Amino acid sequence: MPKDSGIGTSPKRREDVRFLTGNGKYTDDINLTGQSHAVFARSDVAHGKINNIDISVAENMPGVLAIFTGEDFADVGGNPAGWLINSRDGEPMKEPKRPVLAHGKVRHVGDAYAAVVAETASQAQDAVDAIIADITEFPAVVDMETALAGGGFVHDEIGTNQCFDWGWIEDNRAATDAAIKSAPHVTTLSLVNNRVVPNAIETRASIADYDRGTGDYILYTTSQNPHLTRLLISAFVLGIPENKLRVVSPDVGGGFGSKIYHYGEEALVLAAAKKLCRPVKWTASRSESFLTDAHGRDHVTKIELACEKDGTFIAFRTDTMANVGAYLSNFSTVTPTFLHGTLMAGNYTVPNVYVNVKAVFTNTAPVDAYRGAGRPEATYSLERVIDKCARELSLDPIELRRKNFIKPDQFPYASAAGLEYDTGNYDALFDKLEEIVDFGGFNARRAASEKNGKLRGLGINSYIEACGIAPSNLVGILGARVGLYDAATVRVNATGNISVMVGAHSHGQGHATAFPQVVSDMLGVDENSIEIVHGDTSKIPFGMGSYGSRSLAVCGSAVVRATEKIINKARKIAAHMLEASEGDIDFKDGKFSVTGTDKSLAFGEVAFKAYVPHDYPHDELEPGLEETAFYDPANFTYPSGAYACEVEVDPDTGQVTVESFTAVDDFGNVINPMIVTGQVHGGIGQGIGQALLENCTYDESGQLLSASYMDYAMPRASDLPFYNVDHSCAMPCTHNPLGVKGCGEAGAIGSPPTIVNAVVDALHSGGHTHVTHIDMPVSPVRVWSAINN
Amino acid sequence: MYNFEFVKPSNVADALAALASEEAQALGGGQTLIPTMKQRLASPEKLVSLLGISEMQGVDVSGNIVTIGGATTHANVAAADAFSGLTGLASGIGDPAVRNRGTIGGSLANNDPAACYPAAALATGATIVTNSREILADDYFQGMFTTALKEVEIITAVRIPVPLASNYQKFEQPASRFALVGVFVAKYVDGVRVAITGASENGVFRWSEAEAALSVNFSYDAISSLSVDASDMISDLHGTKEYRANLVRVLTGRAVLSAS
Repeated sequence: MPKDSGIGTSPKRREDVRFLTGNGKYTDDINLTGQSHAVFARSDVAHGKINNIDISVAENMPGVLAIFTGEDFADVGGNPAGWLINSRDGEPMKEPKRPVLAHGKVRHVGDAYAAVVAETASQAQDAVDAIIADITEFPAVVDMETALAGGGFVHDEIGTNQCFDWGWIEDNRAATDAAIKSAPHVTTLSLVNNRVVPNAIETRASIADYDRGTGDYILYTTSQNPHLTRLLISAFVLGIPENKLRVVSPDVGGGFGSKIYHYGEEALVLAAAKKLCRPVKWTASRSESFLTDAHGRDHVTKIELACEKDGTFIAFRTDTMANVGAYLSNFSTVTPTFLHGTLMAGNYTVPNVYVNVKAVFTNTAPVDAYRGAGRPEATYSLERVIDKCARELSLDPIELRRKNFIKPDQFPYASAAGLEYDTGNYDALFDKLEEIVDFGGFNARRAASEKNGKLRGLGINSYIEACGIAPSNLVGILGARVGLYDAATVRVNATGNISVMVGAHSHGQGHATAFPQVVSDMLGVDENSIEIVHGDTSKIPFGMGSYGSRSLAVCGSAVVRATEKIINKARKIAAHMLEASEGDIDFKDGKFSVTGTDKSLAFGEVAFKAYVPHDYPHDELEPGLEETAFYDPANFTYPSGAYACEVEVDPDTGQVTVESFTAVDDFGNVINPMIVTGQVHGGIGQGIGQALLENCTYDESGQLLSASYMDYAMPRASDLPFYNVDHSCAMPCTHNPLGVKGCGEAGAIGSPPTIVNAVVDALHSGGHTHVTHIDMPVSPVRVWSAINN
Repeated sequence: MYNFEFVKPSNVADALAALASEEAQALGGGQTLIPTMKQRLASPEKLVSLLGISEMQGVDVSGNIVTIGGATTHANVAAADAFSGLTGLASGIGDPAVRNRGTIGGSLANNDPAACYPAAALATGATIVTNSREILADDYFQGMFTTALKEVEIITAVRIPVPLASNYQKFEQPASRFALVGVFVAKYVDGVRVAITGASENGVFRWSEAEAALSVNFSYDAISSLSVDASDMISDLHGTKEYRANLVRVLTGRAVLSAS
């Protein structure tokens, strides 16, 4: 009989009832007694020297309680990068201070140089408008090539705009160069991985509260990882002891990476709350969100693929400039390096891989990890150049990939880019793709499109990504300044229901539904009696939050370990209660029984005994039934997939429409197939957004041209097809207890090259064979211009 | 948004009286003005809503003339289904929320270079009726965000002669979904008029070469070899001058093919 609950079933997301009926509780929904409001004064120039900030009028305006400038935080620590990257020559990266408020210079449009706290947000805004900032504007450094050539420096004190010049793997450089030089065929492609704005539906918001009696702070904030935020504030920025700072991230309306990081606004409201002894609230406007949320992607890359005439890959060599913006955001240095360069062997048995990444400071908003974080950039470069290569050699794009795939019997496989893939079966994914997609009928569909004056293209892609970022020992050697474990506490209450406190944070992922399925399966209790607690440092163990598709693979593993400890202890209690030896106790379907007898106890009876420990072996066992586990994985997990899509191109207008999209993913074991499908849908939607629509653009003076929804195009339902999603080709992860790999980012990683490959295919079918590449977003004007160039 | 006074008069005379004060501004559906005020980019001291004036509401079709009250929403224009080109245009503006708030008078008074209604008004040779006079569409539009309207003057109605055949083709700007280029083609007994929105630095304009060709031969072929001078076209994130000029030709052709 198929299961009707637990792992592998699809109960509806229990949190959705709350969200869909307006009963969610987001940071901006929280209002505290005596609350005041902060509004920030932000630079309208991209680069300039702050000569003077005159607050004399503003500070006397109605309702104004306090005004802060960069000067007030001059002695406070900077907001650090979480990962130290060393350049090829061994020099550590340049790491200029990122202050709470701009001090000395403003470095991007939107850089906050002052903040007003007032009785109302409107009064605070009035006072911000009355601040007179004397700023001498300098030429902006926007284009990365220009930035590297010298001239103006974003940070004068470091005397360069290059943060680092990283080589991976430096020892492979000479061999890769030699292989490319002598290769029978080399395909070269220059491309841009376009900059995007994360656009979580909930803008960032923070409220700080300070208890003058105890000296305790509470920060309610829109964070994907409250403990990390607390650590950054405590250990690096304000120096508030960790045990005096509680960080709460309640319901969070989407993050996509942008809410991993600590931002200056959080430090400001904390400092202001202490100074005023009143709660201080700030909620970003959508304009502030565009200007100051960490943006994503923004790579300029040249990639070369060397191969034999038959298509056997010999080498990949990548040169990338990665924009880090005006300041180093917390994950900005690891994203273009270890999350990108280590994936540059793809799913392939290529022997030589070398990646060079130059990170560049510019007078633009900071750039950091955004859904996929480095792996989409890697996949896009690889899969675009492979597609171009197939066309040059007149090889079938699927066959070319299959020819170079790592085969199932080669796992575990040490890739030429330095990772050890534990398991995978890439041919099986393509087999499934070919089973689902009617490739045979494509020519007929193309003919039908052509009859309507349209061109039809087929795009193919395969990807591998690394999720559940770990292990701490290894990442420590590579420069991580934090550990990358996660933690869970399972608390069985006296009446038998269960609270599970997790370090992961759900901001759309469905943890409240999926995690109970795991515990329910293990304990044999109704999943509806299990509640997940997250997002409050005063309630949960120290975990690292959610990003990098890590929640289930890392925190879910901690949940398993903690639940195993619960079972072990409960077994001991049951043995005592059943007057049997522990070794004779069998636990199944929520019942402890003595092997070979009909004596048994329900899990709830054992739990009750733990809390009402009459007739209890106190000399051997503690009362209570609560266990914590920390889990530090042995390796990354490696989801992979095979994608296909068909697009129609209107050659008269350049409009691209996505006609069909099929995603076959190997996520290992799947806990809740419905949620996984939803995650893939969302990821593909975001990837199609990047591929066709989203275009974060600064002009030469550093003004953000796409600073509102009037100019920044988000994907809408009408832009997206119905997806065909399959995750039946499961090759369970070999090193975590659930055999899970992670699914949150796959769609955003796999879809952009699929779309662009299809567009190029469509144009070739129309005879526009001069078009070998179009940079994303593949907008109507770009397609039309490419055709008519 | 700054504080402001809000009045909602029930007749045109009271509206004009309310608008006579300094820093007062007329408010139609508020689809442009309210977001601008939220950004503190506009700060009228008094908003005079025109939505309470019953004589400015509704669509009337008498003989060959459609008369649309200045405060009529796009949704109501679409629902009236006076003629196909107008219905298609009104039902394609923005999204349902916009169509149920935005008004024809507001759109024409604002004259956004990417708005849809200016193309319909100009292509049909509409008459813009105000509280004090009647203005022919050919005289009314005077460049981006510029019209013949005086300081205190309200569009009370728009009179449109019903064409024999008409169609509006809009190519949406990917982000705002305003017209990157919009073309309204209207065929009358005495000739064809073609008005283009979204494309030109000078706002909505008539494409006279296409009008001449289509007046002789109302077919796709008549204009397929024409081209528009790209030098006056708008260039921005979403389209080059050349691209917009191309869209003018392509969409005009499609409007002719779809005209009914």
